[in-house]
Amino acid sequence: MEYAIEVEGLSKHFGSYAAVDNISFSVPKNKIFGFLGPNGSGKSTTIRMLCGVLLPTAGNLRVLGKDVKTNTDFVRQNLGYMSQKFSLYEDLSVEKNLDFYAGIYGLNKSAREVRKRELLSMAKLEGREKQIAGHLSGGWKQRLALGCAMIHRPQLMILDEPTAGVDPISRREFWGIIRELADQGTSFLITTHYMDEAERCDLIGFIYNGKIIGDVVSPIHLLEQERAKGIEDVFVRYVDRMNKEESSPGIGGYNA
Amino acid sequence: MRNRFSFQRFWSIVKKEFFQIIRDPVSIKVPIVIPIVWIVLFGYSVQNNVDHIALAVFDQSKTQESRELVSLFSNSGSFTVAKDVASISELSDLLDAGKVRSGIVIPPNFQKALQSGEAAKVKFLVDGTDPTIAGTALNSASLVWKDYIADITGQRMNLLGIGESSGFNSLVLATDIKYNPTMENSVFSIPGLIALIVQNITIMLSAFTLVREREKGTIEQLMVTPVKASELIFGKLIPYIVIGYIGFLFSLIICILLFGVHISGSFPLFLGLCFLFVLCTLSIGILISTIAKTQVQAMNYTSLILLPSVLLSGFIFPREAMPVVIDTLSYLIPLTYFIEITRGIMVKGVGIEFLITQVTVLCIFTLAMLSIACMRFKKTLD
Ligand SMILES: Nc1ncnc2c1ncn2[C@@H]1O[C@H](COP(=O)(O)OP(=O)(O)OP(=O)(O)O)[C@@H](O)[C@H]1O
Ligand SMILES: [Mg+2]
Repeated sequence: MEYAIEVEGLSKHFGSYAAVDNISFSVPKNKIFGFLGPNGSGKSTTIRMLCGVLLPTAGNLRVLGKDVKTNTDFVRQNLGYMSQKFSLYEDLSVEKNLDFYAGIYGLNKSAREVRKRELLSMAKLEGREKQIAGHLSGGWKQRLALGCAMIHRPQLMILDEPTAGVDPISRREFWGIIRELADQGTSFLITTHYMDEAERCDLIGFIYNGKIIGDVVSPIHLLEQERAKGIEDVFVRYVDRMNKEESSPGIGGYNA
Repeated sequence: MRNRFSFQRFWSIVKKEFFQIIRDPVSIKVPIVIPIVWIVLFGYSVQNNVDHIALAVFDQSKTQESRELVSLFSNSGSFTVAKDVASISELSDLLDAGKVRSGIVIPPNFQKALQSGEAAKVKFLVDGTDPTIAGTALNSASLVWKDYIADITGQRMNLLGIGESSGFNSLVLATDIKYNPTMENSVFSIPGLIALIVQNITIMLSAFTLVREREKGTIEQLMVTPVKASELIFGKLIPYIVIGYIGFLFSLIICILLFGVHISGSFPLFLGLCFLFVLCTLSIGILISTIAKTQVQAMNYTSLILLPSVLLSGFIFPREAMPVVIDTLSYLIPLTYFIEITRGIMVKGVGIEFLITQVTVLCIFTLAMLSIACMRFKKTLD
């Protein structure tokens, strides 16, 4: 099977604190992978290492079959990234933002115009080209950020909480776009705290305290396996189980 | 395989940065407001201090001759007789209170001294709090005195013939500095002022350029793109060169209009070397931007550079008067070299052949700082 992401023994330490602690998982191509976990569990840190923005303390990372460390240029040309924080130029217009990333990714003038029109229509931003990005509302901003992140037609998109703070209608629209892109062959890694979004993923994986819990499986499969009603129950169960495991040696000793 | 420097990416950065600058009210105002503020503060204070230094007169002689001497002081334009006093203590009170900056004490036997060569001392007192004022006061006083002596000697020689010794060489006026005290001070400081303004505009603007992206989070988005450190840094440099140069031209024009300074040397050479200096100080700013993590840090580093450069570059204090250790430090400050260049071209009218050292050093500074900035800017957040 061809993999979009392969992570092997990956760790990231900030000083003595292990934000990501020896994790391994793989995600096949052409899937929407939901990367779930509570606040501070290490999702963004893992993602930043995948994008080459942070250097791993240990471990191997392969993106689209290529080692991230040695194929930086390939990875940069084929990966689209939307960071957790809105990170477009808020003082520039919608069009200037798109123009900028088009130039940075080396699109020539005619390709740029075509691509811009495609993305504007995809993000439903037509007619707002001249509007300042900072003045857009949450949902529009996220769709513009998505547009900028995929201006170079990346094979893999990594989206860190793309729908945080976005209303349900806009979120549904956003997922509509993502599903369409996935059907056309783009692979996705998405983090989210919304369980309805988790259920829309092809595959999901859990991370807690820098460690991966369970396997990368489909949501339906997971529900059957755990005999749970919803992803949220599984999520809570995982966290409880991990907390018990971590504190059990101490408590055990105390009881004996 | 490493990707090569791409002009398209570089140009995208230039355009983006330019659009951001013209949308930013602060960046647009800096090259206009800073020159005005600095020129008004420095330029005028320097000029006003040169003339009309308040002078207290303690005339114990009260003769035609003594009044003549006092009027020479006030006619020189450097002094304004603020008060006639009746005692030494009154005079020193005025000096203590800062009501006058200088005082002249004419002895009771002044007239006799002139006529019969009796020993007498005319005292000139000066408040040394502000060295600039004190220096100007001393220079002007010594000039007035020299004129006066020359005049008297001339009259004497006419009367008594050559060779007659005079008995009035006893004025307490230790300094005999050789430059023309009336205007030199302001003419000397304007080139330095222009250099300082250029430095401040460029460093202040460019020091924040990368830090701002770091704080806003846009740098993270840039890091995942194929853009190279050199494309980013040179791309950011271009718009600031334009802004910095506009600031320079603007301050030059103000100084020409207000102070009537003119450039004695080659004008194109002057413009060219100012361009070099803009580039040099921008590279300092960009380097700060790669080192600082936050805008507050960038601000601190900026003042860490600006303050010593004001004090050590020779802008305020002559470098000749500095202790060797401090003077050695001033060689590490690009402004030092550029002030030598501006004074050389504007005041002395020298050509490039006298400025080779300064120009070479500025080029080395620029290249070194840009290379360090490119190397320091790693495309990771660690
Ligand atoms: N640069 C850093 N220096 C020190 N600690 C860091 C740094 N970045 C992240 N951490 C810590 O690492 C842990 C994991 O952070 P991370 O941002 O990866 O969590 P996350 O799963 O993305 O959380 P959230 O859902 O809130 O976005 C947190 O405890 C965080 O405080
Ligand atoms: Mg996060």
